[in-house]
Amino acid sequence: MTNEQLKEKILLLVPEALALENKQYAEFLIPAEKFHELALALRNSEDTAFDYLVNLTGVDLLPDLMVVYHLKSTKHGNYIVLKQKTSDRVNPEFNTVSDIWITAEWHEREVFDLFGINFSNHPDMRRILMDEQYQGYPLRKDFVDEINIIER
Amino acid sequence: MTMENQPIAYDLFDKDEYVINIGPQHPSTHGVLRLITSLKGENVQKIIPYIGYIHRGIEKMCEKDTYQQIIHLTDRLDYLSAHMNNHAVCLLVEKALEVEVPERVKYIRTIIDELCRIQSHQLFWSAFGMDLGGLTCFFYGLRDREKILDIFEQSFGSRLLHSYFCPGGLMNDIHPDFQKNTKAFIKYFRRILPEYDRLLTGNVIFKERTVGMGFLSKEDAIAYGVTGPSGRASGFASDIRKHEPYAVYDKVDFKEIIYNEGDVFHRYKARIDEMWESMKIIEQLIDNIPEGDYTAKMKPVLRLPAGDYFQSVETARGHLGVYVISDGNKTPFRMRFRSPNFSNLFVLDHITVGNKIADLVAINGSLDLVLPDIDR
Repeated sequence: MTNEQLKEKILLLVPEALALENKQYAEFLIPAEKFHELALALRNSEDTAFDYLVNLTGVDLLPDLMVVYHLKSTKHGNYIVLKQKTSDRVNPEFNTVSDIWITAEWHEREVFDLFGINFSNHPDMRRILMDEQYQGYPLRKDFVDEINIIER
Repeated sequence: MTMENQPIAYDLFDKDEYVINIGPQHPSTHGVLRLITSLKGENVQKIIPYIGYIHRGIEKMCEKDTYQQIIHLTDRLDYLSAHMNNHAVCLLVEKALEVEVPERVKYIRTIIDELCRIQSHQLFWSAFGMDLGGLTCFFYGLRDREKILDIFEQSFGSRLLHSYFCPGGLMNDIHPDFQKNTKAFIKYFRRILPEYDRLLTGNVIFKERTVGMGFLSKEDAIAYGVTGPSGRASGFASDIRKHEPYAVYDKVDFKEIIYNEGDVFHRYKARIDEMWESMKIIEQLIDNIPEGDYTAKMKPVLRLPAGDYFQSVETARGHLGVYVISDGNKTPFRMRFRSPNFSNLFVLDHITVGNKIADLVAINGSLDLVLPDIDR
């Protein structure tokens, strides 16, 4: 499926989706409430078959928080990039995709650990890299650590 | 000690479960990995891996560093695939800046990537043999690995963390004896590699402990994102060199090693076979390195145009993805490493449950984990 066809299909499934500019892959910003439904459709549909979650990560855009998904189809060999955003910095929350791609379970734990983004319906939402008693979310842009981070 | 006074980790288990702790300082975990294991008799019921003991915040550090500086941090991810990690960042920067590197650079990078893959698999073979009680393997494997490290030292001046690739090309040209020594090594190793098979692969005790152990199906390999030789042993055709070729991998003839058995033995076998394929790639290239510059002309300060970039390479352990969001500055706005080991470790619980605790060592060894890559 070419990027153009992919764009048509996604806009058909989620009319609110926003196609973003990317030289490499088809890239979309999806409204958070439609995301889980679309992800499931993209994996299960024969002509897309995005069965391999390559990468799941968070980004702090100040003031928004964003989660980025890189999906690959092992059948067709093409990629797609999906993004979802929230402006809530205190209790950011998205739906988990770990029921669709199980590898997301740890990736989401990492995003929770480093960005403080919660994933609802996740089976095991704990910190993964940092200590369990650790305070704060290190990869946020407004994170302050006077001892370990020296500003030049 | 009562359950109430135990550290938090133990809350995840029922009160009547028999829980033992392995690591973080246990030789068979190949690094600071802690596995909290619940047993029923001798059988493993559940494993909760604890990671992060050497979390250095490399992604956070990258946000303060220029792209040339980041190269030196990527060495420290998966230190056995140091060149491939460098390669990923170099390719990403070159793609973003639309720089065409000289052919000579592409050839040298490919040869060195494959040498690096061989030494990584040699260390896997050594350590895996030792895990299963064959101490001789460790000496044999390291004896041969030294020869590759000597070639590395001659050209790059270091043996483990080379930082040899830089955006646009190479730090310096290869040593005049590089080709001669590499060819001598390949000649030597073609003779030696069957010895590995005689020593370990055909061994009855080794086969008893590995064949049919720790089964991973193809569907699960894809769902868990298990890549590299571990994934390919389950039939997941994930070789980036074949499917998204970079450098000169599209010009060389090599086979993607795929097995469908998905057990410990075939994860091991896939790595042995990959060493043969790597030697084949090096032999095709080593005599044909074109003359020319060892680096393209690059500006001293690199500013990637604003946007998202993603680059995949195949390291010795699987699919390494580098994701950069640039805002046009000389440092990335956000840098992310999709490390193959992180996903490969996650599958450990799934493939070990139901096996004996003694086999945990074999199964964990067959995934060939490098902990600094997981913790980043």
